[in-house]
Amino acid sequence: MVELVTHASPMARHVLRGRPAALEAAEGALGFALPVQACRAASKGDVHALWLGPDEWLILSGISDGLGERLEGAMAAHPHALVEVSDRQIGLIISGAEAEAVLSVGCPLDLGLDAFPIGMCTRTVLAKAEIGLWRTGPNTFHLEVWRSFAAYVRQFLAAAAVVPV
Amino acid sequence: MLLITCPHCGPRPELEFTHGGEAHIARPENPAAMNAEDWTEYLYMRANPKGLHAERWRHLHGCARFFNALRDTTTDQFVATYATGQPRPDLKGAGQ
Repeated sequence: MVELVTHASPMARHVLRGRPAALEAAEGALGFALPVQACRAASKGDVHALWLGPDEWLILSGISDGLGERLEGAMAAHPHALVEVSDRQIGLIISGAEAEAVLSVGCPLDLGLDAFPIGMCTRTVLAKAEIGLWRTGPNTFHLEVWRSFAAYVRQFLAAAAVVPV
Repeated sequence: MLLITCPHCGPRPELEFTHGGEAHIARPENPAAMNAEDWTEYLYMRANPKGLHAERWRHLHGCARFFNALRDTTTDQFVATYATGQPRPDLKGAGQ
């Protein structure tokens, strides 16, 4: 049986904010367009850009591919904020036929495929913790959890999974 | 649970939002030139209407942006939400 909750592989995380000129430069370094539709993610290879707000994205990339330096270099001429938050939060993968039901125990959003399709991402809450929630497959979610909340979130999900839902 | 329509994210559960007080209160440009009564008026006095009330809300556990909302204080119904910087929508009954 596949485990419901597993750790995502280590990755570099950057929060990017800026005006259009800076974002255009960032897209040159990323190699793809930042998603402008609310609550959507875009990916190329193992680089992912998750929409967090109207001018704010979470960029996930390989731990050693140096994307942060490339972004910083590309945007040097434009005012922007690029903050590395790799160690602030950890990634959890929630996978399995029960994933949606178990998350719904603590998350107030409608997680049905129509309301929360593949590729949708957003900050939200899970019980008492704030999480980043990103649907990567019909039965797979990627959670970004601030590391001091990670044990709580894991234990909450484990408890939710054994209660009939 | 109430659904509040964030201007950026659409309808979302109320748990994700925080209240930010009355909207459309501009900070005086030169506080040092004001007398105590005017400063008190700006700092403390609020409309507190029974009926439609323009309020600031923040989609804290979402896009984290502030926006404005027209909420009916008697029914707790959110009549309209709109981006910060926009004027208060002129709705029927909005005159308190």
